[in-house]
Amino acid sequence: MAKTMLDKIWEDHVVARSPGEPDLIYIDLHLVHEVTSPQAFEGMRAAGRRVRRPERTFATEDHNVPTDPVPVVRDPIAREQLEALEANCREFGIRLLDMKSPERGIVHVVGPEQGLTQPGMTIVCGDSHTSTHGAFGALAFGIGTSEVEHVLATQCLRQSRPQSFEVRIEGKRPQGVTAKDIILGVIGRLTVSGAQGTVVEYTGEAIRALSMEERMTVCNMSIEMGARAGMVAPDETTFRYVHGRPFAPKGKDFDRAVAAWSRLPSDPGAVYDRVEVIRIEDLAPQVTWGTHPGMVGPVTGRVPDPSSARAPEERLAMERALAYMGLEPGTPLEAIPLDRVFIGSCTNARLEDLRLAARAVRGRRVAPHVRAMVVPGSELVRRAAEAEGLDEIFTQAGFEWRHAGCSMCLGMNPDILRPGERCASTSNRNFEGRQGRGGRTHLVSPLMAAAAAIAGHFVDVRQWELSDLPARGMSA
Amino acid sequence: MTPLTVHRGRVFPLDRADVDTDQIIPKQFLKRIQRTGFGQFLFYDWRFEPDGREREFPLNEPRYREATILLARRNFGCGSSREHAPWALLDYGFRVLVAPSFADIFYNNCFQNGILPVVLPEATLDDLFVRASGPEPLTLEVDLPAQVIRGAGEPIPFEIDEFRKDALIRGLDEIGRTLHASDLIDAYEKTRCQDFLAPVH
Ligand code: SF4
Repeated sequence: MAKTMLDKIWEDHVVARSPGEPDLIYIDLHLVHEVTSPQAFEGMRAAGRRVRRPERTFATEDHNVPTDPVPVVRDPIAREQLEALEANCREFGIRLLDMKSPERGIVHVVGPEQGLTQPGMTIVCGDSHTSTHGAFGALAFGIGTSEVEHVLATQCLRQSRPQSFEVRIEGKRPQGVTAKDIILGVIGRLTVSGAQGTVVEYTGEAIRALSMEERMTVCNMSIEMGARAGMVAPDETTFRYVHGRPFAPKGKDFDRAVAAWSRLPSDPGAVYDRVEVIRIEDLAPQVTWGTHPGMVGPVTGRVPDPSSARAPEERLAMERALAYMGLEPGTPLEAIPLDRVFIGSCTNARLEDLRLAARAVRGRRVAPHVRAMVVPGSELVRRAAEAEGLDEIFTQAGFEWRHAGCSMCLGMNPDILRPGERCASTSNRNFEGRQGRGGRTHLVSPLMAAAAAIAGHFVDVRQWELSDLPARGMSA
Repeated sequence: MTPLTVHRGRVFPLDRADVDTDQIIPKQFLKRIQRTGFGQFLFYDWRFEPDGREREFPLNEPRYREATILLARRNFGCGSSREHAPWALLDYGFRVLVAPSFADIFYNNCFQNGILPVVLPEATLDDLFVRASGPEPLTLEVDLPAQVIRGAGEPIPFEIDEFRKDALIRGLDEIGRTLHASDLIDAYEKTRCQDFLAPVH
């Protein structure tokens, strides 16, 4: 029988199967961060249990970490949480990239960057954007704290096998349209609950043409349409990315790994439970106008009118969203003025994202009424960007250049919106209050965010002249 | 985990679709390192002004305050994986949630904490919403062993996975159950773990 990639990875990880029970599956890599783990470790201690595979467990500090050059945690409760993680990692023998580590960063940026994330793995983390790692052809999904404890204690999870859902992206990506626009377009089309109960595999020529970092952006937001996970079949692009990273297999082991990984892609003729085909040659850069990622449209469009809703319930949701966002139906999206711009998060704060944003920024100035910031996804990304001179491009234009962390993606550190402030953000959630109580978030690509910072409102970047980057950028 | 068999309680109707976990418990309350004490922060930005005064929100009405059964709309619990969301619901007093659909991670998290999420068709929910939104509070009896809800006209049957039902009824610790399979995990690690995976410490 022809198998899908999901079938293969799932079957490879079944430890026990009994009728009427979810499968017990093995977890190859468990990523841990400070917010969703303290209660899990507490449970372990209370039950007198040890971590079954500390060498398959890896921790980072990211959500609470201030983005100042020398992070000083002033919030006593945040400090307690960070100290708890440090103490737990010491006690249970887990490797931790702490706040002072030169490699620290957002867990979903660090995993791939360190070569921890590899094809064919099962990867979990107490964080919904674990779907990011599926870009490598891994089965990667977010779990709750009780499940974190379960994996710490047993290295396994009980899971019912999700359905497989092929989302085939066809067509050539237009100029100025990024991976972020592709996934926002997909979510707009399939809705925020449209992939519930499934693992989405992105296929098609448009996906094959994406770089690893772009594939991560796409997979990252799979959770925003309710998918359990997102994945992309591994190929040469994947192998080249993994090769040589600190935790990647070395030498002969790498060759053996590639041989194994090459068998992962779905067999020809494999049948998915669902299939959806989406063409992107006419896709425009996307901007969200509401309070979830499915409330999205092309930058050339207008704020929709709730009276156009198909169902009363949808109309209500739209009215509520527009009231929260302070928007009038019919307003052109390009006419929406901004107070803040945030380039960061595990969706869009990798080196390619920053390069792209810098191309829109170079030689220009941030609009006087806008406060704009760039928060690299990891300290390695930050240093690589600085080596290319990207920091200068941003700071000369009037951007703040920060250190790595989740930052204003969820505002658990001091970077937050004030009530009523409107922000163009490269993150993944525009929920009410996500970036600060009363704050208004519009999700866009790094290119769109950068251009919006300069113009002071949204603009169609397809019309923009983009600068080349300084020559030292070309070598990296 | 407190077992759940037959639960009788007051119903609170929350008539919004796509309620995300950021709304159920805003992130400023995620910094505690215990599992308890989150009930006071449930739906915080909807229930309270920034200065802590109560806002106009149905849960603040006397007839819903003591509710233990929550009616919700589609895709309840989407967004962040934070288990603080079910902790807050449980700590407030909710033991049963009823909706046309739940987000996956949230749905799993409920079972881990002795909360029963019940999936019912939209039309049934519409009817329950009407009944629960009237001047008289609605009380329902949720019978997990029999898989029915009583108290709103004809008994309403619901589906649930046997394994999870059993765990809820017995209040079982899932970890203990998995540890019983240790020999299978050992065997898996010996024969099937790919040896090119480098240890990460
Ligand atoms: S950057 Fe945002 S979405 Fe990503 S892990 Fe951090 S808080 Fe979560």
